[in-house]
Amino acid sequence: MRWRRLTGNRLSFAALCGILVVVAAALLAPWVAPHDPDETDAEATLSSVSLRHPLGTDIYGRDQLSRLIHAARVDLLVALSATAIALTLGSTLGALAGYRGGWVDHLLMRAVDAVMAFPAFILAMGITAALGNSTANVVAAIAITHVPIYTRLIRGEMLRVREMEYAEAARTVGNRPRQVILVHLFPNCVPPLIVQATLAMGFAVLTVAALSFIGLGIQPPQSEWGQMTAEGAGYVVSGEWWLVLFPGLAIMATVLAFNLLGDTLRDVLDPRMRGVR
Amino acid sequence: MTELLEVRDLTVHFVTDAGVVEAVDAVSFGVRAGEILGVVGESGSGKSVTALAVLRLVGPPGRIVGGAVRFEGADLLALSEEQMRAVRGARISMVFQSPRTALNPVLTVGRQISRLFELHQGTSGREAWRRTLEMLTLVGIAEPERRARQYAHQLSGGMCQRVMIAMALATSPRLLLADEPTTGLDVSIAAQVLDLLRDLGRRTGAAIVLITHDLGVVAEVCDRVTVMHAGQLVEVADVRTLFTRPLHPYTQALVRSIPRIDRDVAMEPIPGAVPSLLMPEPGCRYADRCPRVLDVCRRERPVLLGAGPEHEVACHAVELEGAVAVR
Repeated sequence: MRWRRLTGNRLSFAALCGILVVVAAALLAPWVAPHDPDETDAEATLSSVSLRHPLGTDIYGRDQLSRLIHAARVDLLVALSATAIALTLGSTLGALAGYRGGWVDHLLMRAVDAVMAFPAFILAMGITAALGNSTANVVAAIAITHVPIYTRLIRGEMLRVREMEYAEAARTVGNRPRQVILVHLFPNCVPPLIVQATLAMGFAVLTVAALSFIGLGIQPPQSEWGQMTAEGAGYVVSGEWWLVLFPGLAIMATVLAFNLLGDTLRDVLDPRMRGVR
Repeated sequence: MTELLEVRDLTVHFVTDAGVVEAVDAVSFGVRAGEILGVVGESGSGKSVTALAVLRLVGPPGRIVGGAVRFEGADLLALSEEQMRAVRGARISMVFQSPRTALNPVLTVGRQISRLFELHQGTSGREAWRRTLEMLTLVGIAEPERRARQYAHQLSGGMCQRVMIAMALATSPRLLLADEPTTGLDVSIAAQVLDLLRDLGRRTGAAIVLITHDLGVVAEVCDRVTVMHAGQLVEVADVRTLFTRPLHPYTQALVRSIPRIDRDVAMEPIPGAVPSLLMPEPGCRYADRCPRVLDVCRRERPVLLGAGPEHEVACHAVELEGAVAVR
């Protein structure tokens, strides 16, 4: 029933399809890409949209569609790992802060405030610049900037559910504090967490692209959307529009799809919206 | 008479910004094996906090500041947290006021029961599930197989309370703390739940402490009754004596406030409200509402004195009449 609510709306259905296409492209890249992404074609450098190269080629004659498909792998993998790490770390800290309260809560929340005081992107830039821009460091940078979101979210949820009678009941039957949190309370905090993670996925994709755009993210020859956009930007004046348009569209469509899906999930999972169309 | 649970001078304070709230003040009572002890009093008289204090689960800002709780010969207040966890849910368990909110909304009811076997008896998987279904059958739930796989919101209020009772009895505890177990239920379902509690208590030999503000419930199921007012114990009696010869003015007022349909007497509400427990005056906390108040009531706290077999009362006025004697 909920599944139909997710696919029933035309916009969220489109978002879901969009995400599925990108995920499929990423998973099946070697099989669906028409060319090797690094293969150069000396006879077709900077060639426009054609049957042989549906999205054109770059200055080395590399097929842009194949490069975009292989880039989807990197972008999604980085965003997904960063989100997974931030979610795990953030939820753990948030659950601890919310359930324990007192000085643990104070300490963790001030630490989170300190991270949040930096503009997220500047912080991510700083981290990759300091650590060196390997893929792992990009993941770490994005994860660190996302941790506060989950910490605050789960802390708030914990403050709510720890006062519930079922929390009290879990304590009266002899659960350890860890068991009360993990078995009895955390599952009650999952719906908003799913929404947040979906929205954050879109933001993570945007951050990978942005970092790579300014040269602090994924390094060539590995193709990446933001980095391709940056390279393509130089060719706009000379008329090779496809080099900047398609990677830009890929970023925009993916981020938009995750945001739309997140919004729909929020409505579907919100208990107040149950039974409402 | 051997007492299963013996509470002596239990005192619980809540430290707030406005001052110290003396929620439970030197409360003493005993529970014998197999009996049903009623704890009655208005809202805010410290009944629930007393129960939580027995399990040592009064959360901050509350704190047990004095007294002793002896259960099966051990002082619960002296146990380590680890030892205490082995008592909770296994030797002493609790039934809550609103079963719907006391059951976890995201775990199936069967899972919540089978978890107890994992926690306290080291059985899990198929064996735990089999015993879960057994418990559900025992508390009179039809189609236990199907019900065990459902969530609290899929069950009726009465069924939820049966599940709570199944949870409370799953590990064969010696003592059951039932905190207003019938408050959220309609009268006929409440009667069924009470019958079930009494019946299962008898069958398993578990003692029950029944916290309630409903004297009708007390009359129906309890063996003995303690009356609490504003965090203090004012009278302890067997159930017959309490209704036929209540001594404390508060108990008398409580009994008179029961609406009667069999006799032509008007119901008399008790004047005033439970006094603030924020840094209370010394002396009897009922003094401001009491028709028989004396000067001494405002100066000195009355102590529980024997007024007959199975009957104790804490009241200066009764003491002056000579109806009580120091045991």
